Parts: sequence; structure tokens; C-alpha cells
Amino acid sequence: MNNLLRRNLLPIYNNAIKLTYRPFADAATKEKIDKIVKNNKVVVFMKGVPDAPRCGFSNAVVQIMRMHAVPYDSHDVLADENIRQGIKDYSNWPTIPQVFINGEFVGGCDIMLQMHQSGELVEELKKVGIKSALLTAAEESPKSEEKK
Amino acid sequence: MDPIHENSLSEVTDESDGCGAKFSVLVVSDKFQGKPLLARHRLVNSVLQEELKTIHAFTQKTLTVEQWKAQS
Repeated sequence: MNNLLRRNLLPIYNNAIKLTYRPFADAATKEKIDKIVKNNKVVVFMKGVPDAPRCGFSNAVVQIMRMHAVPYDSHDVLADENIRQGIKDYSNWPTIPQVFINGEFVGGCDIMLQMHQSGELVEELKKVGIKSALLTAAEESPKSEEKK
Repeated sequence: MDPIHENSLSEVTDESDGCGAKFSVLVVSDKFQGKPLLARHRLVNSVLQEELKTIHAFTQKTLTVEQWKAQS
């Protein structure tokens, strides 16, 4: 009984210290998201799953990730209402999809698309030790060797 | 949209066939100078904080005056 109490109350107590100005439900969600975004180098919050995106913007991000052959965790916000609202509060960003690299919010669909076009995405991936498939393809092709 | 800066231009396209839930905007402002993309988008989001609550899909392009002239 004592053990049970301790197990149930301790996390609440800890959360209350960390985020006294926030209601408990938010703090719990924030902690959950914190863990999720740090669980993998690249994490995507989207509508639907990579094999069946349920929104054009989410699909665009999936296609970009596929082009660069990035390994990533994806989370379907439609499956969890707490996460759907929680992720917007967490990153202070009003829309889904949302992409995190190394636990940091990078952007939504527009930003990913522009980073892809400018080549910035390849650089960001390189920083976390992921080699973009586009880079590998460029190295293997003799044409781009000549350019260098 | 309220102009963010005197020296700015904004273009809003309603892509929702009038239901008002899907928009794309082009914002050109010198206030974006020296700011990374994420900061630029955050700036636009903060100006449209209230409106975005009712907008389902929102696409934005943020350029400095210089960038805008270069592409047009």
C-alpha cells in the first residue's frame, strides 16, 4: 500500500515542482513529448502514418524524408488528442506536421520543403550523423564530381 | 493582414474555395533580414495568432525585399 502510494504520488509531486504554473495534465503531456522527441535523432509528428498519411502536408514531409532516406520515428497525432494539442503547446507552433531533429523543433511542412530545396536539410542531417541519400547519390554520380 | 513593417508586402491566397480554412501567404518584409526561416515563420504566426486558431491549413513563404526582387 505504501509502495503503491509512493509510486503514484511521486511523479505528480515531481511535476508539480517542475511546472507549478501549469495544470498537471499539461505537465504530464509535456514530459511525454519531451521523451518522444529525444528518443530518436529525427522525430515527426504527423496526421496518419508514413505508409498512409492523412493530410497533404504530412505526406510532403514523409516524401522528403523518403528522398533523403532518413530513419525517423513518426507519431500519429490523430491517434492521441493530448499529443495533438500538446505538441502545438510544446513547440509553440500552430500546425501539424512538426519535425524535430536532435530534440529540437526544426519546422513544419513549409520549412522542411525550403530546407530540402536549399540543401540546408542535408547539412542539418549531417550534424546529427545522418548521411542523406541524395548526398550519397551525388557522390556516386560522376557528373556531380565534375562540378566539384 | 496587418503589415509587419512599413516596408513590406503581403499576398494572401484563399485555397479553400471560400470556406476560409486554407490559406497560403507570401510575406515580404525587411524585418526578416538576418532571421532564419523558423524565426520568420514564427513572426508571421505570432501576428496571426488569433486567426490561425480557425485556419486549418496554412502555408507561408517569407522573403526579405532583396530576396523578393531577386526572384521576380
